[in-house]
Parts: sequence; C-alpha cells; structure tokens
Amino acid sequence: MSALAENAAMRSVEPAADVTLARVIRSEWTKLWSLRSTRWSLFIAVLAQIGIGLLFAAITMAHWNQLNFFQRLAFHSIDRSVAGYHLAQLAIGVLGVLVISGEYGTGQIRSSLLAVPKRLPVLWAKLIVFAAVTFVLILISALIGFFGAQAIFTQHHVNVAIGAPNALRTVIGAALYLTATAVICTALGTIIRSTAGAISAYVGLLFVLPGVVALLPTSIDNSISPYLPINAGTTVASAINTGSGVSSTWGGFAVYCGYAALLVVIAAVLLKRRDA
Amino acid sequence: MIEVNGLTKHYGAKVAVQDLSFTAPAGVVTGFLGPNGAGKSTTMRLILGLDRPTAGSSTINGKAYADLTSPLREVGAMLEARAIHTGRSGYNHLLALAQTQGIGRSRVDEVLDIVGLKDVAKKRVGGFSMGMGQRLGIAAALLGDPRVVVLDEPANGLDPEGIRWIRNLLKGLADDGRTVFLSSHLMSEMQQTADHLVVIGKGRLIADTTMAAFVAQASGDAPVRVRAADPTALAEKLRTAQATVETTADGALQVLGLKSERIGEIAAAARLVLHELTPLQVSLEEAFMDVTHESVEYQTDKVPAA
Repeated sequence: MSALAENAAMRSVEPAADVTLARVIRSEWTKLWSLRSTRWSLFIAVLAQIGIGLLFAAITMAHWNQLNFFQRLAFHSIDRSVAGYHLAQLAIGVLGVLVISGEYGTGQIRSSLLAVPKRLPVLWAKLIVFAAVTFVLILISALIGFFGAQAIFTQHHVNVAIGAPNALRTVIGAALYLTATAVICTALGTIIRSTAGAISAYVGLLFVLPGVVALLPTSIDNSISPYLPINAGTTVASAINTGSGVSSTWGGFAVYCGYAALLVVIAAVLLKRRDA
Repeated sequence: MIEVNGLTKHYGAKVAVQDLSFTAPAGVVTGFLGPNGAGKSTTMRLILGLDRPTAGSSTINGKAYADLTSPLREVGAMLEARAIHTGRSGYNHLLALAQTQGIGRSRVDEVLDIVGLKDVAKKRVGGFSMGMGQRLGIAAALLGDPRVVVLDEPANGLDPEGIRWIRNLLKGLADDGRTVFLSSHLMSEMQQTADHLVVIGKGRLIADTTMAAFVAQASGDAPVRVRAADPTALAEKLRTAQATVETTADGALQVLGLKSERIGEIAAAARLVLHELTPLQVSLEEAFMDVTHESVEYQTDKVPAA
C-alpha cells in the first residue's frame, strides 16, 4: 500500500453503521443550521411573529380613543396578539422551499442521494427537522408575542389571560398553521425542484388564488372559499370560531393538513421515481 | 468490482446508453473513455442509482447501489465537481454526509487533511476555486474508506501538481486491492494512470480491454522506423516484399505493411546492416481517435489546416 493510500484508509476503525432515519435526521439538522439563509429566514420569522403583534398592539392602544363603538367591538385581543404569523408565514414558506430546492439548484441533491440511496429518508428527515424547528420557534415567539401584546393592552384594560377561552389554543394554533405551511412548502420544493417555481406556486396557492376565487359569483365563491388553503389553515390560529364543518377551528385545519399530506405523498412518489 | 449488464438509458427519443456491458475489476485503475456525449456521465449516474435505467442493471461488489446499507463505506463517488451546496462550509458538507451513516468527525478531519483543505475547511464552498472544489469532491468520495471509487473527470481544474497527486492517490488505492473507475478527457493522463480501459461511443461499448492491448491493437498497422548503413539497397529489397517505404528527413526509412520481424529477416538475408529497427507505437490519444472516429457525437465538418 502506498503512503497516500494508507493515508486515505480509515485510521480510526469504526464499527459499520447503516443509514437509518435517526442518522439522516442528524445530518439534516447539520445541513439546516449550517446555512446562512436558514438563520436569516428563521430570524425574520421570529421577529415578525413577535414584532408585528407588539407593534399593532401599541398602535391600536395609541388610537384607542379615536375608535368608535363598532371598531372597539371588532377588536380581538387574542387574534391581534398572534397576528405576526401573517408575515412570518412568508419567511417559513420560502425557507421550506429552499430546504430542498437549494439542493436541486446547487447539485447537492446528488451528494445527498448518494449517501441515502433509498431517497425517502432524506424527505422524511427534512420534513421532521424543519417542521419541528418551525413549531418550537413559532410557539415560543407566539407566546412571547401574546404576553407582550396583552401587557400593552392593559393600557385600556382590553387584555386577556392565557387561561381565557381559546387563548392558548390560538397561540398554539399559530405555530401549528406555520408548521403545516412548512411541510407544504418543502413538499412543493420537492415536486417543483426550482426555487422560483416552488415559491411562485406557494404564493399563488395561498395568496393569489383567494383573489381569483373572489371574482366568481358570490354563491360559488362562498362554497369554495372555506376550502382555500389560507382560509382553511388559519381557522386554528384564530380565537373567533366562524362556523361549523370546514369553517370550524379544527375542521379547517384538518383540510389544510389534508392538502399538506397530499403534497407530501406526491413529493415522495416523484422523489423516488425521478432521475436525480 | 463493478459489473454492468445490458445497461440501457433513453431520455425520450434520445438514446444515451444502449445495451452496455463491461466489468471494472478490483485492484486496477479502470479508465472510462468516450467522446463528449458518448454517455460516460449517464453510465456513472446509472451505476450510482441516481438515474433509473430503461433496461439492464449494474452491481457494485454484487449489489445494486440502492441496496447498499452503508453506501459511503462501499462506494466513494464524485460526479460533477460541484454537487455541493455553495453556502455551506466544506467541513459541514462532509459532516452532514458522514452523519447519515455514523461516520465520525475525526474521519471528516482526516479526509480534509488528505486532500489538503484543512486550512479552508470552515470557509464557504462558494468561494472555492475549481481545484479546491475538486479536492472537496474527492474528500467526500474517500469519507467512508470505500472499496470502490467512481470518479467523473477527477483531474478537471487541478494544476499539474494536483494531477500528479490524484494519479498517485488512485494508483495507491488500486494497489491496495480497491476498484477504481474513472473517466477523463486527458488521454496522456489516462495512459499514465489506467491499467484497464472501457471505451464507449454513442452509448455503445467500443472496447473493454487492458491499456496495453488497446494501444497494441491500434498500433497493429503502425509504421516501422528503420535506419540502415545502405538505406537505398534496403528500401529496394523491402519494396520487392510489397512494403511502402518512405525516406524521412533524417535519412531513416518509414516502412508500412511489414512487421519489424519480417524487415529484420529481409535485411539479414540480403546481408544489409541495420542501425535501428523500431515498431512505432501509437499513443492512447491516437488509438482513441482512431477507434472513436465513427462515433463522435459533435463532429466538426472540416479540420482547419494547421
């Protein structure tokens, strides 16, 4: 054996270890945190989730005396405090796409699939790691936002406690909505593979589609509207229960999770079948 | 050992690889040659399970790539140099790969040291030169101390010192009993590195043989260079034996159509003194051009006069 080959050989003898889901999860954890884009996106998501709630709370309190009776009646302390998810969802969605499309864009996917030739563990690990990170970070941020906003609402005594009906559920709901959004976007990234294409699909489905559907005759619009991803998904992030079935708190979110599951199945089939 | 059996890949109507069968044995460096577009990269991707074959199969040490339970320990591969996320450091890239099969951090440090990237290990790959990217790709291939190494154009972007480094590395791996399978456009480099050759053109097998046999076969009708005390007399005798004889600028004879043995016999029979009798060998490059001439995918109409 030449000196170089001897160097190339593994000096530290290690027991052979197979590829397992737990090991791929560890690998995806390393991958997620070793990119600047991840740290920035998550920082923006956390900032938005906490900051928007506090900012709007402060603005509302400053203008409270100018609000009329109906405006005050429409004001909702719980929903207002978690409103940051409206902005945070964009950062989470874009990062969800990038988690996989960034690999296709750079060719990294081929390195990943050479290490894990069964392929599907890569998708499961990405979904598990990113969904868990999203849920934990957004839950903590939503809690901070909730308590911060309620502290501001004490100025006009419109604050509520976390023990109030639907308060804790709404805070957790905001984290659940963004977690399901993370899953949807990683699935879209896997299906479409290009960053620009997958982000367009996400924005189109979530934010453009409702505008298009609104152009339909009211009767059709009313029957379709609750099933639109953004309407179904956000029921769980609101303390106001607007209806039954698909419009109910858990009914709407179940529909949203159904969309996520469908996209994940499509993503898994395509990842397994397509040439990398 | 890599075994390829009837491997076929069509992309729509385009045939990339057609009924390809060959073996890359253990313990030698197997060179994989073919003109641009011949299907070399496709074949490598099929062997590594990245593309799905239209027909046929390939195995590595008897198993399909997808069935390897700890693939990095059995096969080290480098396809195009940059199969790496540019935003990550070289260290983290290797660490993430290592973690999928429980390879430790100490091994990551080790391979970074082997390829000479220790000092830039924490820098983002996006800032790497082509040669550094290539070295990182080689580090990834060595990560699991594999028995089989598959490299697509490993010398690309390396400086002469780097090329010599990789040549010695690959030869060392083969001497150690490993299977080394590599493609390269650099014929002179391949001639110095490979022992065995697999040549393809337009997706089909042209040759699966040893380097020596491939060059010898192509040299079969190469001329013989002869210098004699009396070249005019010798040329006369050789022409009588149906040879084509030309006189070169330095006064030697270039003989076509007779083997060197026969030329020696004719000279001896005529009691003519020889000063030199050299069968001219073609280089791998010439042999390759000769053999693949028919199957060049992107051919220029005319070669401009030099």
